[in-house]
Amino acid sequence: MILEALANAFGPSGCEQDVRALLLEQIRGRVEDCRVDHLGNILAQQRGTSDRLRVMVSAHMDEVGLMVTYAEDSGLLRFVTVGNIDVRVLPAKRVLVGRERTPGVIAVKPVHKTTAEERGRAFSIEQLAIDVGATTKAEAEKVAGRGDYAVFATRFQDLGGTVTGKALDDRAGCAILVELVQRGPYPFTLCPVFSTMEEIGMRGARVAAFAMAPDVAFVLEGTVCDDSPKKRDESPTTEMGKGPVISVADRSVIADQRLVRHVVRVAAAAGIPLQIKQPGKGGTDAGAIHLARTGVPSLPVCVACRYIHSPVSMLSKRDLGQTVDLMEQALRRLSPEVLAAQDGLQEVPRP
Amino acid sequence: MNDILRSLVESFGPSGHEDTVRSLIAAQIAGAVDEVRTDALGNLIALKRGDGTGHRIMLAAHMDEIGVMASYIDEKGFVRVQPIGGVSPLLEVGGRVLFANGVVGVISYEKLAAGEQVPPMDKLFVDVGATSRQDCPVALGDPACFLQPLCAVGGHLTAKAMDDRVGCAVLIEAVRHLGKTPHECCFVFSSQEEVGTRGAMTAAFGIAPDVGVAVDVTLAGDTPEPAVRMAVALDAGPAIKVKDGGMLATPWVKDWMVDTASSEGLPYQLEVLPGGTTDARAIQTSREGIPSGCLSIPCRYVHSPSETVSAADVANAVKLLTAMLRRPLPR
Repeated sequence: MILEALANAFGPSGCEQDVRALLLEQIRGRVEDCRVDHLGNILAQQRGTSDRLRVMVSAHMDEVGLMVTYAEDSGLLRFVTVGNIDVRVLPAKRVLVGRERTPGVIAVKPVHKTTAEERGRAFSIEQLAIDVGATTKAEAEKVAGRGDYAVFATRFQDLGGTVTGKALDDRAGCAILVELVQRGPYPFTLCPVFSTMEEIGMRGARVAAFAMAPDVAFVLEGTVCDDSPKKRDESPTTEMGKGPVISVADRSVIADQRLVRHVVRVAAAAGIPLQIKQPGKGGTDAGAIHLARTGVPSLPVCVACRYIHSPVSMLSKRDLGQTVDLMEQALRRLSPEVLAAQDGLQEVPRP
Repeated sequence: MNDILRSLVESFGPSGHEDTVRSLIAAQIAGAVDEVRTDALGNLIALKRGDGTGHRIMLAAHMDEIGVMASYIDEKGFVRVQPIGGVSPLLEVGGRVLFANGVVGVISYEKLAAGEQVPPMDKLFVDVGATSRQDCPVALGDPACFLQPLCAVGGHLTAKAMDDRVGCAVLIEAVRHLGKTPHECCFVFSSQEEVGTRGAMTAAFGIAPDVGVAVDVTLAGDTPEPAVRMAVALDAGPAIKVKDGGMLATPWVKDWMVDTASSEGLPYQLEVLPGGTTDARAIQTSREGIPSGCLSIPCRYVHSPSETVSAADVANAVKLLTAMLRRPLPR
């Protein structure tokens, strides 16, 4: 499974080259045109059976991670987070640090030496450091200097019905996009984009959408899933195992209603279950893409991933497969008429 | 004018769902403009050509209104909601909302915790008369607007969505009364302003105007102990924006408005708004930068279901805008 290699690859925001190399290998020969832009995005094009539309389908390569800020005299490496990580999940986790991907551990005081009061309180990031076994500043700096990255060292595991690994947000999206490219061509020009720096503010997708100037965009994401049992009757955001997810409105975009209707219909016709993500939560590259140039009708299509932005996330293999099938069908049935199609959205006739 | 305004404010149009408002406006301006189109984000763009001696001017008023979106249907059929735009729970409780399919709901809230004075958004619920998740007529992701008809209150008019349907009404009147102009005037009825001036961004990129003017509401500081102290009052004329939370009006654009008002003998007031912004910010920062300003309609109780404006201010805003568009730009 390509997802395994992708999830294991080292690729925090701004340092996506390992992931990019894997993806370039996967799509080579399946696209007519493929380049890497100044921000590190992969911009590809696959000719279709018609060129009446340009359809961008994107997934981001980067993952949340850590960046080294300082090597202490003791040999410990201080760091900051890259992207949104709950600092409470960090202590005692394994990481890979620096250009040689050296194993390290996020240092933690033994339970024997902590007071009850300390145990009731979360660490702040200033109290944390990465231990790579170095005993001096010079030794630590050989592993990683200021500005070098670290990611969680979690290895991918197949648990049968589900898989676990780091960075399923958004290597799941990357894996889906690779499969969609394999299953092409489609009745339009497909513009597959693997974007950089999503986790620090949709930076790659912004310039990618400007360059590709698509008519429509789909954004593939591993998204928030909060389906553990709760005391209150409240939204699980999405649920693992309940099928592909579309996001109709989040903090970054209000999805195009024509695309929402299209995907809902395709799912119903294909007998694929579909979830609507709890509106108002999170954001995706669609936030940047839909505002490019004169605007791009956009829709995020997601796989529910438990525990994202932590050392290990989990998704359902059936959800993943159904998301590929749903997207394939949605793309095969996409035409300019879908965008002109109305159901209450009346395009004003041009004189 | 009041008939147009009534049909505009009473229409359904939360951000991203401006279809009804767009159809209504398109019908109102048909025949008065040379070209009409909608763009990918649902902006309605109407072009009125000039005589070739002027500049390309973008006028923008946003069609969308704040509202809520169903985010969860609980097992008893109560609907939980997330805000669309800047919605205050304090101003919602006891009010009613209208979903696109005509379903009406009452907004109330759960028991507050000790010390909580205003319910947080996640303690609000909408009662649509359902008894279970299965018989609830509202689905996850359905948007709703507030339900509140237009009423005259003395010389003032109050309604939901005055922000910014009153701006749309001003543009419609200006289109109809403009007559001959040297300028190529692009009247943009924009989408998704309340969620971050999104429509105006793409409209401005597509139009690439020489100058941009937004027409939107601004706060008024003329009520008892106002939350925001500012020198704008109802009935004192339209407000010419100098600054808000997101834009410093281009000085010559502001002067163009001031000089026109002075020479036409129209009342106006200058506006310095501490927070918030308008489509003018999106226009001003589009492409390589576009000189921009904003003509504001003073409005009490902005983002409540009873946004209140002065009919006289609205009429004077139409006069000022049409006079501006008939003269050459000051540069």
